Order: sequence, then structure tokens, then C-alpha cells
Amino acid sequence: MNNAMKHSEISFKKQSQSKEIWRRFKKSKGAVIGLVMLSIILLILLFADVIVPYSIATKQDLANKLQGPSMTHLFGTDSYGRDVFARIVHGGRTSISIAILATISSCIVGSALGAIAGYFGGKIDSIIMRSLDIFMSVPDILFTMAVVFALGANFTNLLVALTLAYFTNYVRLVRSQVLNLAELDYVEAARAGGSSSARIIASHILPNAMGVIIVNTTLNVSKIILYESTLSFLGLGMPPPAPEWGLMLSEAREFMRTSPHLLFFPAMAIVLTACSVNLIGDGLRDALDPHLKS
Amino acid sequence: MYRYIIKRILFLIPTVLGVVLIIYFVMNITPGDPARAMLGSSAPQADIDKLNHELGYDLPFIQKYINYIYNMIVKQDFGISYFTKQSVFAEIWPRYVVTIKLALMGVVLSSIIGIPLGIYAAVKQYSLWDTVPSIFAFLIAAVPSFVLGMILLFIFSLKLNLLPSYGISSFSCYIMPALTISIPPAAMNLRFTKSSMLESIRQDFVRTARAKGAPENIVIWKHALKNAMLPIITNIGLNLGMLIAGAVVAEKLFSIPGIGSLIVDRITYKDEPVIIAGTILIAICFTIVMLLVDVIYAYIDPRIKAKYAKMKG
Repeated sequence: MNNAMKHSEISFKKQSQSKEIWRRFKKSKGAVIGLVMLSIILLILLFADVIVPYSIATKQDLANKLQGPSMTHLFGTDSYGRDVFARIVHGGRTSISIAILATISSCIVGSALGAIAGYFGGKIDSIIMRSLDIFMSVPDILFTMAVVFALGANFTNLLVALTLAYFTNYVRLVRSQVLNLAELDYVEAARAGGSSSARIIASHILPNAMGVIIVNTTLNVSKIILYESTLSFLGLGMPPPAPEWGLMLSEAREFMRTSPHLLFFPAMAIVLTACSVNLIGDGLRDALDPHLKS
Repeated sequence: MYRYIIKRILFLIPTVLGVVLIIYFVMNITPGDPARAMLGSSAPQADIDKLNHELGYDLPFIQKYINYIYNMIVKQDFGISYFTKQSVFAEIWPRYVVTIKLALMGVVLSSIIGIPLGIYAAVKQYSLWDTVPSIFAFLIAAVPSFVLGMILLFIFSLKLNLLPSYGISSFSCYIMPALTISIPPAAMNLRFTKSSMLESIRQDFVRTARAKGAPENIVIWKHALKNAMLPIITNIGLNLGMLIAGAVVAEKLFSIPGIGSLIVDRITYKDEPVIIAGTILIAICFTIVMLLVDVIYAYIDPRIKAKYAKMKG
């Protein structure tokens, strides 16, 4: 089979390409481990209410505070006597849903701006990119702190703050992808065929830049999980008493000497989740672009 | 070459104005006014209006913004803190120095840990020198810096009792905070240096250098590393954001009187002038360092040099 034929087959049969990516993804041991780990974590979070009711996560029992792991309290209890296991199971829901939603929204905002800047070029490009340069001169953490301070800390505002902190990566990434792709023949052909700019961007350029965007998005989920827990640690995340991993760690600080388990379990929850996401991201990168494999 | 540097320095002006605008704008969304914050909720409305007028709070946004810029640049006046009722600048400056010191230690430490390990991992690929540090770097990428700090605190302060757990009274106080902020960027540097070096080692010019009989040392240090250095320097610049985030966390965790912990503390008191001024000062410093990175980059990268040399001629 010659190369041209092979190429046309790939572009017509979408199914076979995703199969091929899946085949390459499966080959990487790390990626499969990550996928299994993340699936288990997501299943636990999804069925959190079946595993332990939410009321246990917030129920205080001062008589039994700061106990180590035991059969009744699998991961021990915190300074208010609340069950740490239940708090981790329910706390993950907030952390991970914020991380996923913030990743999606920053991806959409950033990709749209990047695609516009790259495709139109000229004045529009320089206005967007120069504003972005200025925007990026404010370190993320300070900007997020300012936004949370101005708007107050709740789920929606955190989402806004995280989106604003993370959309900038996508603008640069998608812009450079579009700049490379816009010069290719098939885009030229679409333009000659009379397609509108919006259509060329949406149906010809973005699908081809998808690989890079997907890899970046996956890796961003873990970054946002860490970032969000840092905000909670600084007291800028979800307000207590809602269970949340970063908040649990922040509360554990005072009791570090006597009850290190309060530090250990939420930290492990964050590390395992972020690790599995990173493993999947690395696997996807190798699967989507075999050239990058080192 | 000089044209490039001058161009970059000139761009500093709109950047600083823009940064102040963004932060000033975001802070203006906050409900409440300065007089209410200073006089308390029981003060009569007439007094509040009078003080607001004196402070220039009732002016239109653009006017306030211009006044703020004017006071900041001409008089180094960032206003009066709502909380301590003292000059914001006097309060912030000593803390600013502490934060910068910490961040600098972070840059240096993360580079001297991460880059050599990365080079070595690439040169000895698949050996223990590659796998062990790489696995470590991978794991660290999944650990928030405050957890790292807490682990250090637990081991060195609580269990071994070797290092002080708070304050900045002696040099040893800086060890743990500096490690806390430099380990995550060091891991990033390692991963980045390794991939950059691996790419560079496989290039044709490296093979040519080997073929003409250059000793292995020269091949690695002169030919491969010199070319791998460009993305590594960019990465150090990009790490700065991470370092500043880390500094805020480390200051809070180790009770260091820096600017980050000041901002976090004052958020509870809604002390707007301190928050605005602190954020702006760090952002300006950040911008200047980014500029330095760009200038260093231009010195090393012959392509940028060539581009501007051509324009001159």
C-alpha cells in the first residue's frame, strides 16, 4: 500500500484512527495504570453517597476527635470528630468537579481566542497577543487571589478565577497550531471553495489541532487540582464546613505532630488523583503523536 | 540587538499600566467603600460621604485610576492601609524584600538542582541516573507545594528538631521555605532539561561533532548543551509564576513576614490598598524578570541577533 492511499483511508474512516490511538495508548503500561486508577477514583466519587452518606462527612463527634485509623473510622477522625474517610470521599467531588469544569471552560475561552488570533493575524492578532502579554504579567496566584477577594469564595467564582488563570496557555498553544495549519493545502482548498472563516476554523483547523489540545487539557486537570487545593490551603477556596481536600490539609496543619494521619490521607488523595491524570496525559501524548515519543 | 532590548524595555510601560489597570479594575468590583471600611459600620452616613470625597473615591473610575498611577509613580504613595491606618508603602517595602530574597533563592536552587540532573539523565538515558530522578520528578509533579512544605516541616522540625519551623531570625530559617518553593520547579526543570537535551543529542550536528573526533565531553557540553539551553532558559522564566505561587504558600506555612502572607492575611480584613499595592509590586517585579529572561535569550539565540542586525543594515 502506498503512502497516499494509507493517508486517505485514515482521513475517511474516523473510527480506525481512534482505534489506532487506543491501540497505542494501551501499549503504555503507565497510561493503563493511570486510567484504571482514575476510573476507580471517579467511580468512588460518583457513588460517594452509596459508600458513605454525606451527613457522616459533616457530623461532629467531639468525644471521638483526633482518633487514628480503626475499623469504625477507616481513616480516623479529625479535630471535630468527623470521619476522615467520608470527608475524603465527598470532598473529592468538589475538588474534581471544579478542576474538570475549570479546565473545560479555560480550554473553550483560550482556544477560541487563540484560533481567532492565529487565523486572522494582523491587527486582531497583535491586539489579542499584546493584551495577553500584559495579562500574563500578573502572576496567576495573585490574580486568582484578587478575583476571589473581589467576588467572594464560592463554587462559581472559583470557577471564574481558575478559568482566568488558565485560559492563557490555550491561547498561545492554539494560535501556534493554527498558524502552522492555516498554511496547509486543505485549508487553502476550503477557502477557495468559498467556506467562511468561522467554518474553516471550526471544521478544518480545530479538529486537526485537537491532539495537542487534548493532551494539554488532560495535563491541566491535574495542575488545577493542585492549584485549587493550594487556594483552599490559603483560605481562598470553598468555605468550610464543606469537605474539600485542600481545606482538610489546611486544618490538619495544627495537629500534624499528634495526628499525622490527618495530613497523610487527603495528601494521598490529591497525589494519587493528580498522578493518574498525569499518567493518562503522558500516555495520550505518546499515542496521539508518535513522533514526540522519546 | 540594542534595538530589540530597547523595544522590550519600552514595552514595559504599557505592561505596567495594564497590570495596574487589571488589578485596580478587579478590586473595584468589590462591594463596600473605603470610608465605611475605615470608620466602621456605625459611623454616620455624612462622615462617610465626606471621607470618601476626600479620598477621591466618588470620582469616575478612569479618574481614580489616573490618580492612582500618578501617586504611585511620582510620590511612591500607595495610599493608607484600612487596617493599620499607616502608609501602605512603608508597610509593604520590608516584606517585599523578604519575598524577593526567597524567590531568588528559589530560582537559584531549582536551577542548580534540576538542570544538572536533567542533563545527566539525558546523557545516561535508561540508567539509574535517568530512571530514579525521572520517577521522582514525575511524582513531585503531582504533589502540591504546601504538602511538600508540610512534609519537610514534619520531618525536620517536629521529628528531627533540626530546623526552626517559623520566622526569619537566622539563615537556617530560610532552608525549608526555599526548598519548599524550589522542589516543584526543580522537578519541572529536570523533565524539561532532559527532553531538551535528548532532542539536541540526536541532532545531526552532534553526530558530526562525534564523527570529526571531538571528545565526548566537548560534544555534550559545547555542542549539545549549548543548543538545548534556549528552551531551558525560557522554562526558567516560565517557572517564575510557580515560584511566586510557592512563595505565597511558603510564607503562610512558615510564618514568614513576606508580601504573599501579608496579602492573604489582609484579605480577611478587606484591606484593599495593601492588596492592590502588594499585587502590583510583585507583578512589576515579575515583568522585569521576564524582560531579563528575554534579553538573555536574545543574547544567546543567534536567530534573534541576526534578525535585528539585518534590520539595522
